[in-house]
Amino acid sequence: MNILNETTITLDSRSCNEAYARGAVAMFIASLDPTVSEINDIRTAVSEAVTNCVVHAYRDTVGKIRINIRILPENTVYIRISDKGCGISDIKKAMEPLYTTAPEQERAGLGFAVMQSFCDAVSVRSVPGKGTSVTLRKKLSLRCHNV
Amino acid sequence: MKTVMQGNELTLFLSGDIDHHSARAIRETADGLVQEKHPGILKLNFADVGFMDSSGIGLIMGRYRTMQLYGGKLRVTGVPDELRRIMELSGINALDVLEGGKENEYT
Repeated sequence: MNILNETTITLDSRSCNEAYARGAVAMFIASLDPTVSEINDIRTAVSEAVTNCVVHAYRDTVGKIRINIRILPENTVYIRISDKGCGISDIKKAMEPLYTTAPEQERAGLGFAVMQSFCDAVSVRSVPGKGTSVTLRKKLSLRCHNV
Repeated sequence: MKTVMQGNELTLFLSGDIDHHSARAIRETADGLVQEKHPGILKLNFADVGFMDSSGIGLIMGRYRTMQLYGGKLRVTGVPDELRRIMELSGINALDVLEGGKENEYT
């Protein structure tokens, strides 16, 4: 993988950090001159992934969330959000729209559906008891002054 | 959060970012006011919301259920263009609560 620029941030799985997480990602990719809509898509997808860590991976506890952001060739953004939480036993089920294990918190069950709709590719790897990592990829438009 | 009670209609003017963190306070305020004032219509105005993830969808669906419980109706108004996509993706159109156009009639 040819990485043009990279950063990694680690944060506590506290809900107050959700805004910081999506803001930090947006700041890092700002050098690619994304459109408002592209920035919004990425902030939304990151917010969903980080919220999953807060609500599910570390339910009733606080653990570390690691966000690795890479700028790849052709204006492609790669973001991996990983945790060492409870893991997902049935990834396929977890990704089904409207499926949630936290209805009492008014979770809509749309986290993965939003990530998939707002990014070009989403992949999930998880080991129950060990943790989960979600990788998002999105190719941004090349605006003429970048060429 | 600005709230306006006019007749039997309670309007909540939401603002800023709606995510899992901020949704909790909005939910508590909304349900507290509904229990206290028993409005026939609860209006959630999104005109000043700059960001929303699926927590906002959970918030709308939850208030829809609250209002059903009290025999009232929910309306969602002033949805900015940037939030249209997530609203459409969620399928809440099917609940028939969405009102078109950006409106902010009390400000």
